Amino acid sequence: QFAWAFNKSAFEAKSIADAVKAYGGAAPAESKDVTLTAPDIAENGAVVPMAAASSLPGVKHLLILVEKNPSALVAKFDVSDAIEPNLATRAKMGQTSDVYAVAITNDGKAYYAKKEVKVTLGGCGG
Amino acid sequence: MRIRAQSQGGNAVVRVLMSHEMETGQRKDSAGKTIPAWHITNVTATHNGKPVLNAEWGPAVAKNPFLQFTVKGAKAGDKIAVTWKDNKGDTRTDEAAVS
Amino acid sequence: RWASADAATASNRLYDVPRFGNVSLLHMTDCHAQLKPIHFREPSVNLGVADMKGRLPHLVGEHLLKAAKVPAGSAEAHALTCLDFEQAASRYGKVGGFAHLATLVKQLKASRPGALLLDGGDTWQGSATSLWTKGQDMVDVCKLLGVDVMTGHWEFTLGMERVKEIVEKDFAGRVDFVAQNVKTTDFGDPVFKPYVMREINGVPCAIIGQAFPYTPIANPRYMVADWEFGIRDDEMQKVVDEARAKGAQVVVVLSHNGMDVDLKMASRVSGIDAILGGHTHDGMPVASVVSNKGGKTLVTNAGSNGKFLAVMDFDVKGGKVVDYRYRLLPVFANMLPADKEMDALIRRIRAPYEAKLAEKLAVTEGTLYRRGNFNGSGDQLLLDALMDVQGAEIAFSPGFRWGTSLLAGQDITREWLMDMTATTYSYATVSDMSGEMIKTVLEDVADNLFNPDPYYQQGGDMVRVGGLQYTIDPTAAMGKRIGEMRLNGKPIEASRSYKVAGWAPVAEEAAKAGNKPVWEVVEQWLKSRGGKVAARSPNVPKIAGALPNPGFI
Ligand SMILES: [Mn+2]
Ligand SMILES: [Mn+2]
Repeated sequence: QFAWAFNKSAFEAKSIADAVKAYGGAAPAESKDVTLTAPDIAENGAVVPMAAASSLPGVKHLLILVEKNPSALVAKFDVSDAIEPNLATRAKMGQTSDVYAVAITNDGKAYYAKKEVKVTLGGCGG
Repeated sequence: MRIRAQSQGGNAVVRVLMSHEMETGQRKDSAGKTIPAWHITNVTATHNGKPVLNAEWGPAVAKNPFLQFTVKGAKAGDKIAVTWKDNKGDTRTDEAAVS
Repeated sequence: RWASADAATASNRLYDVPRFGNVSLLHMTDCHAQLKPIHFREPSVNLGVADMKGRLPHLVGEHLLKAAKVPAGSAEAHALTCLDFEQAASRYGKVGGFAHLATLVKQLKASRPGALLLDGGDTWQGSATSLWTKGQDMVDVCKLLGVDVMTGHWEFTLGMERVKEIVEKDFAGRVDFVAQNVKTTDFGDPVFKPYVMREINGVPCAIIGQAFPYTPIANPRYMVADWEFGIRDDEMQKVVDEARAKGAQVVVVLSHNGMDVDLKMASRVSGIDAILGGHTHDGMPVASVVSNKGGKTLVTNAGSNGKFLAVMDFDVKGGKVVDYRYRLLPVFANMLPADKEMDALIRRIRAPYEAKLAEKLAVTEGTLYRRGNFNGSGDQLLLDALMDVQGAEIAFSPGFRWGTSLLAGQDITREWLMDMTATTYSYATVSDMSGEMIKTVLEDVADNLFNPDPYYQQGGDMVRVGGLQYTIDPTAAMGKRIGEMRLNGKPIEASRSYKVAGWAPVAEEAAKAGNKPVWEVVEQWLKSRGGKVAARSPNVPKIAGALPNPGFI
């Protein structure tokens, strides 16, 4: 069984870079080998589907982050040989923000994909 | 927990719905007092007893959390178990067979 | 020539549509439950920004006529534009009406054996009778009309259970309700069939449904709490590929995305022959041709309020579409006799409500209409009523694109008032809002309308505003479009509180607050006018940055 570890400083980090750093990752670079799946507009800001995937070799962690949340980090997944490096969850968003998927590799490098997800007040229509 | 594990191309796609408030610690009650954070901090999964997934979650994961992952080489009938633990120390484990 | 000809000459050969090819699809959309002929004024403002500037559907008035090669003054010009609206409306008479539409459908089906009738949605909402019968009136007329396949948007505001009831019971074996982008919120299971395969003259054709992707945002989410929507290009591609793999020689998407979204989707998904679209209520006289990596996709939009029926004819040879003809036919009640059977059904449906519908609340001295990016005189009437009756200094009215038009001198009946306001959540609200919040609301809606990326647009018009003056730059970035907000000449203060009236709130709490329906508030105002309502001059913002624009006259 895994040890129950919880990296408090990662989940209190205000920026993407600080959260990545808390897991030993360098300043993240944009990469086509990381995929973030998220909607253009959140249907419900309290439940926004997000998935992170990577085709890079040697990925240790996959992170999902929302830049403008009070703390950026939503979830950290450890990637093992037993699972595909493709994980999905649903997150809360208080406002329109860039959402990041970050892959941290065994050698401490970090790569990201990002996308703006709009959170709107709603109520109009054709 | 509701777990659905479906075999797909030699793997099993596992989707999980957990029941948890996931209180952020940012909200205030009607009296103006901050409602303390109460959220799942850790999630693990096993395939026929062997650990396959380890995750840390913060309070920004949505209420009644959803998780999807794909277990390589899992076949119909294999057992997938998912466990969560929250910041109050509560934990829960549920199991499903791959269909 | 057209302007001086009599109406009969000006409409000559309008319905003379020679058959072409071997696969025909008839497309209606966004009728908003208008069973009877009405007037409907097309917009004079439909701005396109960024890549959409100057392109269909963002052309109005003579700019649209030029693109469509339609002569000014003709019956078709009246159907497509707001030019000389009062005069042309008197000359050509009312448009739409299911009895007249039924005649046209029968005529076209007779000339095109095997043709399917597709309904793009926004069919079960928009009138008093559809609200009072929970959409049953429209369900019954659509079955008689012979709708084959349908998708939806406002339908969902009847609630999940009612939609399922209609789809599973009333429509069973008759009408296929398709929507590839509606899934359950738990495990993402499909709620409706993603597509249907129908054989037309021996040619297998797939009709894929695309429901309005932003239903839970534009309308109350609690009404569709267990369903999620979304655009989902990758899943659309999978459905197209599956249909092709199963032998479809024609693949058509029946879409309620809105036209800008359809144009973008057509550029990103390959293998679709045509996207027959709705939601943005654009009466498109020609098909737009979009290139993508698989070839070309046609994109059309068939207007609103029962005003048009579109005809897409495909010539399918050697297993694929080799050519097409597209026509958008206006439904003129004076030029198409009422179908007897449909007329009788409509009379039966309306009989219990007829007296209530016909009640005259006042006479309007000016044209009343809604459509346009910023405001219309019909919305101004609602705004004036909401402010007067409730003592509010500012009012907001949603940028809906449905609602019928009245000519100067016509009666304002309860039926018209309901045509403008009938939804399942039309509560009238009054709330205290800070100047900052008012700005936030205007910016939010402006971005839904003018975001340069169509996938961030929701397809309504700008919220209509009473009392407040402001400037808008549609070309500016999100959060920076609105400026110079003033009330009675004084600048709006960010921290001051203002009394703001509104209606059709999407929040669930608002539905439980016990507020009156908006039509009661407006009716009270209309009845206090002494029988006459003076012409309304719409309060519109000053536009900065986007003009001149062929979407503005
Ligand atoms: Mn509509
Ligand atoms: Mn619509």
